[in-house]
Amino acid sequence: MSSHCATMSDAVIAVENLSKRYLLGHKSGEQGVYHYTALRDIIGREARNFLRKAVDVFRGRQVVQGDEVEEFWALKNVSFEVKRGEIVGIIGRNGAGKSTLLKILSRITEPTEGRVLVRGRIASLLEVGTGFHPELTGRENIFLNGAILGMTRREIRKKFDEIVAFAEVDRFLDTPVKRYSSGMYVRLAFAVAAHLEPEILVVDEVLAVGDHEFQKKCLGKMHDVASREGRTVLFVSHNLAAISELATRAVLLNKGAVEVDGDVPRAISTYLSHGTRSAIYERSAEQQRKGPHVSRVEVITSNANGIHSFGEPLEVKFCIKNADLMSRGCFSFQIVNQFQHPVLHAWAFYPQVRIATTEGDAVLVCKFPGLRLNVGQFYLKTYLTEPPGGEAYEQLDGICPFEVVRTDETILWGWHPEACSYHERWEWAIGNANKSENSGAAFGLHTRDAYKAG
Amino acid sequence: MQRARIDLMQDLIVIEAGGRERHYWLDLWRYRELFRVLAWRDLAVRYKQTVIGVLWALIRPLLTMLVFTIIFGQIARLPPDGTAPYPLMVFAGILPWTFFSSGLSEASNSLINNANLISKVYFPRLIVPMATVVVAFVDFLISFFILVLLMAWYHFLPDWRILVLPIFVLLAFFASVGPALWITALNVKYRDFRYLIPFIVQFGLYVSPVGFSSNVVPEQWRLLYSLNPMVGVIDGFRWCILGGQSELYAPGLAISIVVIAFFLWFGIDRFRKMERSFADLI
Repeated sequence: MSSHCATMSDAVIAVENLSKRYLLGHKSGEQGVYHYTALRDIIGREARNFLRKAVDVFRGRQVVQGDEVEEFWALKNVSFEVKRGEIVGIIGRNGAGKSTLLKILSRITEPTEGRVLVRGRIASLLEVGTGFHPELTGRENIFLNGAILGMTRREIRKKFDEIVAFAEVDRFLDTPVKRYSSGMYVRLAFAVAAHLEPEILVVDEVLAVGDHEFQKKCLGKMHDVASREGRTVLFVSHNLAAISELATRAVLLNKGAVEVDGDVPRAISTYLSHGTRSAIYERSAEQQRKGPHVSRVEVITSNANGIHSFGEPLEVKFCIKNADLMSRGCFSFQIVNQFQHPVLHAWAFYPQVRIATTEGDAVLVCKFPGLRLNVGQFYLKTYLTEPPGGEAYEQLDGICPFEVVRTDETILWGWHPEACSYHERWEWAIGNANKSENSGAAFGLHTRDAYKAG
Repeated sequence: MQRARIDLMQDLIVIEAGGRERHYWLDLWRYRELFRVLAWRDLAVRYKQTVIGVLWALIRPLLTMLVFTIIFGQIARLPPDGTAPYPLMVFAGILPWTFFSSGLSEASNSLINNANLISKVYFPRLIVPMATVVVAFVDFLISFFILVLLMAWYHFLPDWRILVLPIFVLLAFFASVGPALWITALNVKYRDFRYLIPFIVQFGLYVSPVGFSSNVVPEQWRLLYSLNPMVGVIDGFRWCILGGQSELYAPGLAISIVVIAFFLWFGIDRFRKMERSFADLI
């Protein structure tokens, strides 16, 4: 044990060769090719499936749906240390292992290999309002949620007024939270969490909730918690602005491994520059259809890992297989945001654009000289048809997920996906209402243009 | 010197594969606040938005007693224990049975019902099924009130044996917690068990001596019959409540206690083995 003490002298968290494996199930040959045409084959497959599950149950193992089991390493040999008082931001693409790491640190799930040493009282916030019960009142939920997060009754009672004031819900304290607006709900939930006072705080993406003013308040509160002496904060965020504002150090995860561990600008710039600059959809060879279909889509983003900087040119490449089988052919696609709303529609319709070829496949490239979408996650939806009344060949949904970030400038409240769908250029003319001569000279003029600003 | 080292050790959490909590039971004690709050939550929520609220805890056992008295006492004409009124004897059986069955079924589904908590926060998972049994216990206390009224109605006075009742209440608690822990853990992995529970409870009502006295079971089968842990518990309840009208079959009680103890050990052991992977599977 003495070796622990030596290594733990200044580090409050030591992650050593941490790995986590999950088992995933697949159904073989489910799409496209029909392996199982005869009922006999289907019964055979189901019987094998059932037998495997029965054996799993008998051995006390996990039941995996599907007939092929695959191992997936969410984390592989991750090592790093966090010192007392540090604010560490963890960044990485979706599926890089950030949430798994936080879950292990919070002792919710166990690592497959390796270990973590934690010294001090640790509290984790993987979600706001964990355990909130809709039937209970705001007051009751404060006590419930507080206890779930590890506060004692005395602690909660001491901070009760502070929590209520922070959440701004004093008038509704004795109303069941199921009658709360979603904004009030989130405010109350965060208020409880914000009044936790552990030595180590682990936070997952909780800043992505609530209205702007409240988000700013939360950021401020996090900063307070962190700047107080001895407090250590570890947080995951997609919000690069929040990371660069708050964190003193950043860890970049990529496919379950640590890619960068060091100062924040370096981690962010690596995140934005290393890796392929695209998000790709591809139909595998055995899934090819006979008729016309989209076989490949590539969104070429301005930065690595499917991350696009606001205002930069974006290119989308489509490959249409068997385009010669179409008589006329109409193609269109939408960019859909994380709230499932289409925010952009682009098309190549007959007769203005002719995508049907006389022979072989067609390649379509759509260029946006400067994409002015607001920050957030986006994906594509495609439609391949004949003109109205004709055949509908194919529709793809949820392909090529990419992310828009803003690194060109910061604003007071930070950038938020739900603020709007896109940014227009604008001009402000500011005058004084009390002065009669509203001529141009009295106005302060401010022109808003991303290109000029950049 | 020695003390400082111990303090240092308690402060250090080691998270590793297969690493069983060294301070598991201590941790359970530290989280007693959460236990209290979860039990309180389940209680507070239980009768919200119902019209007659807590009356439900009175009506259900009362109606069951009525039906059993009519079917077993009037129609089948089974003998009561000694000279005790039949309804009273039935009610003394319904009390522990309802406590056992509602404790078992609520606790068995407790982990799945609290999936959100389990995948987002750490705490000793044992707290969740334990807290739900508290709700069943409160219902038990409420129906106990009916028993008091019934006894007054029949002018039936219990003797000193009633003082032993808490021991049998504890036994009923252990009888439901043991299997419940095992089933709730299995439920996380294999949802099949959620369909098994209502069946077990319904089936158990008829194979346990709830509507009739266990004296009607032929002598040569009584030992085997006592393998059902609830036989010992219900007999014990009657022995305490009916004041000497019902005699205690000691070998049967001993067997029931052994079975209860085995399932309690087995339940806790299985629960703790599976506990670590709950968050991944739920």
